Amino acid sequence: MMRIHIKEGHLIDPANKLDAKQDLYIADGKIVGIKKKPQGFESDVQIDAKDKLVLPGLIDLCARLREPGFEHKGTILTESLAASSSGITSICCPPDTDPIIDTPAVVEFINQRSRDAGLTNIYPLGALTQGLKSEQLSEMYLLKQAGCIGVSNALSPIDNAEVLRRSFEYAHSCELTVFLYAEDKALKNNGTAHEGAISTRLGLPAIPESAETVAISRALLLAEQTGVRLHFCRLSSARSVSLIKAAQEQGLPITADVAICNLHLTDMDIADYNSDCHLQPPLRSERDRAGLITGINDGAITAVCSDHQPHDVDAKAAPFSLTEPGASTIELLLPLMMHLVNRKELKREKAISLLTSQPANILNIDKGSLETGKDADICIFDTEADNSVNKTNLLSAGKNTPFLNWELQGAVTHTLLNGKVVFDRSKPD
Amino acid sequence: MTGNSIQLDKNGNLKHFLSTEGLSQSLLQKILDHAESFASVGERHVKKVPLLRGKTIANLFFEPSTRTRTTFELAAKRLSADILNLNISTSATSKGETLSDTLHTLEAMHCDMFVVRHANSGAAHYIATQVAPHISVINAGDGRHAHPTQAMLDMFTIRRHKKDFTKLKVAIVGDILHSRVARSEIHALNTLGVLETRIIAPHTLIPKGVEELGVHVYHDMDAGLEGVDIVMMLRLQKERMRGALLPSEQEFFQRYGLTSERLAIAKPDAIVMHPGPINRGVEIDSSVADSERSVILQQVSHGIAVRMAIMAMTMGRSADDIGETE
Repeated sequence: MMRIHIKEGHLIDPANKLDAKQDLYIADGKIVGIKKKPQGFESDVQIDAKDKLVLPGLIDLCARLREPGFEHKGTILTESLAASSSGITSICCPPDTDPIIDTPAVVEFINQRSRDAGLTNIYPLGALTQGLKSEQLSEMYLLKQAGCIGVSNALSPIDNAEVLRRSFEYAHSCELTVFLYAEDKALKNNGTAHEGAISTRLGLPAIPESAETVAISRALLLAEQTGVRLHFCRLSSARSVSLIKAAQEQGLPITADVAICNLHLTDMDIADYNSDCHLQPPLRSERDRAGLITGINDGAITAVCSDHQPHDVDAKAAPFSLTEPGASTIELLLPLMMHLVNRKELKREKAISLLTSQPANILNIDKGSLETGKDADICIFDTEADNSVNKTNLLSAGKNTPFLNWELQGAVTHTLLNGKVVFDRSKPD
Repeated sequence: MTGNSIQLDKNGNLKHFLSTEGLSQSLLQKILDHAESFASVGERHVKKVPLLRGKTIANLFFEPSTRTRTTFELAAKRLSADILNLNISTSATSKGETLSDTLHTLEAMHCDMFVVRHANSGAAHYIATQVAPHISVINAGDGRHAHPTQAMLDMFTIRRHKKDFTKLKVAIVGDILHSRVARSEIHALNTLGVLETRIIAPHTLIPKGVEELGVHVYHDMDAGLEGVDIVMMLRLQKERMRGALLPSEQEFFQRYGLTSERLAIAKPDAIVMHPGPINRGVEIDSSVADSERSVILQQVSHGIAVRMAIMAMTMGRSADDIGETE
């Protein structure tokens, strides 16, 4: 195995409160030394990280790789490539593939494809109910055995509170975290934009804030009753943050994340029906966006995900409400987080923790930090590099980005997975 | 939000007509002035002018409509254009042809203008971004968003009766939530400088944040009608009773129906308008609809002149070019 010496980089590891210029030594896929060179270490490769940040490999709690079932939008190979070019070494993917991840065979298929690509660790979420139909429980134990890291009903709401309760109870017995996207279908009422002055002016069917808060409140009461470990995926409203914070203060095992788009954009960005801003959850008001940032700084929200949803061109080429929701974001996750740091909305260490140590805690995996003995999943980031967003420089098969023509700062130069360089910007292939 | 950038060409002339929002007061007045000239064409023995001779206009109706389509057709014919009527129900798109494919097929037939009606908000705007540069798009109603030609014919009717917009108080009554007509009227009225625009409806039929469009919201009909010069009634669709928006037509009529007694609360010379088709006994009492205060039928005949003006202007022609009839 390769021995790698990362020289003179600025190491940031929020888990260990490390924030200093130090060397890093890797051998046999593991970190073998920090600052001090291990005895007898001879490097095969040296990476000059002078003036660059050396971070734990990033962990994305929600990205759709589109395989199996939607290969016209992307594949595990194309999307892992996009991820590894952006420093992401671990991806959690929701079960709404086709076929749905509700049998061990589908998990095995994804794992096989992931091994073939060899670019990222992929952690599939199993379906909470069979076929995501919200009727029968899925074989959660078998899914866990096959490698599912948690269970989720993806974007399909569970209307029946009894089914929701029992699924929580059963997941709890399997010691599985439930990843819940909270949305009340009746209140959403086929809406496609946040309910407010913008949806009113554009005449778009509106999604009230209560579509999220009612679903969260109901789930919180059932979580309290069942004791399940519950993770809320992709909050969109400020009011939701206060509900979650109250539950956490009560001592419930509740965590939450937010998608990167909701930290940067609001319903104003829909402007003249820009279908790249048709997202689920919807972009809400500036007050909500600010509330989500506050939720991060208060500690109620502990992770930021890309919510990457690559689409084919046709999926976005129609009047707004007829387009498919979602944005291609995986490559911009880190630069967009650093943009929030540059704008002083988040502290740098906090921003990094939301992409590393904290999502690792939510997934309960031994990753997301720089420690001797840990897997050498590393991201090296050049903070000075120009990064202008355009469709030609996106590697993802999905070019549907709402950040078109944004001038961001910083780009990943190297990504290491288990001590192997899987991306090197200086060597395009 | 439908910005100037797409509706106007680089010289500030009307290229597409998608929304009354974002257009200047002088441009709206210009449309009304041109419509005045075209109105006289309709009163002539020969009703045709050769302004758009040789042009092909496609009526693209993705949602069924007889009235609006017919007036556009008549307006096109009076401008001597060739008109193509296409009722593209969802069946065409369910055959797998995308909206862009449909548009490009029509472009290949050398159409010069698309008149578009679609059930989804933003459809006309989307089409305007997709078509070849020489094609103009006119919005004949998109979802809940806009119905700008209807709003302009209403403004035309108001101007004929009241002359000065700046002295007027206007009340729009009924299902604001689902109404593209209401949204387009609000923008047009405010741009033309009316004293006050009010909307009157129960909470269930008022969209959130509507105040930001520049209206005062009333839930009580009598309070809302106090002192207004114009009462614009909206059509109430039957399906609103099926959701949880309203209990019944009877109850709606009791609270928000326009009766002679209620009309007496408005100014003595207030006029009554309705985009049609009217539901007698639901939003308006027959005695009001048929009274001399009602200008509902005038609205219909003004529709042709206003649409002629807009079609000619988007094609770079104006009423000044009318000259001789054929």
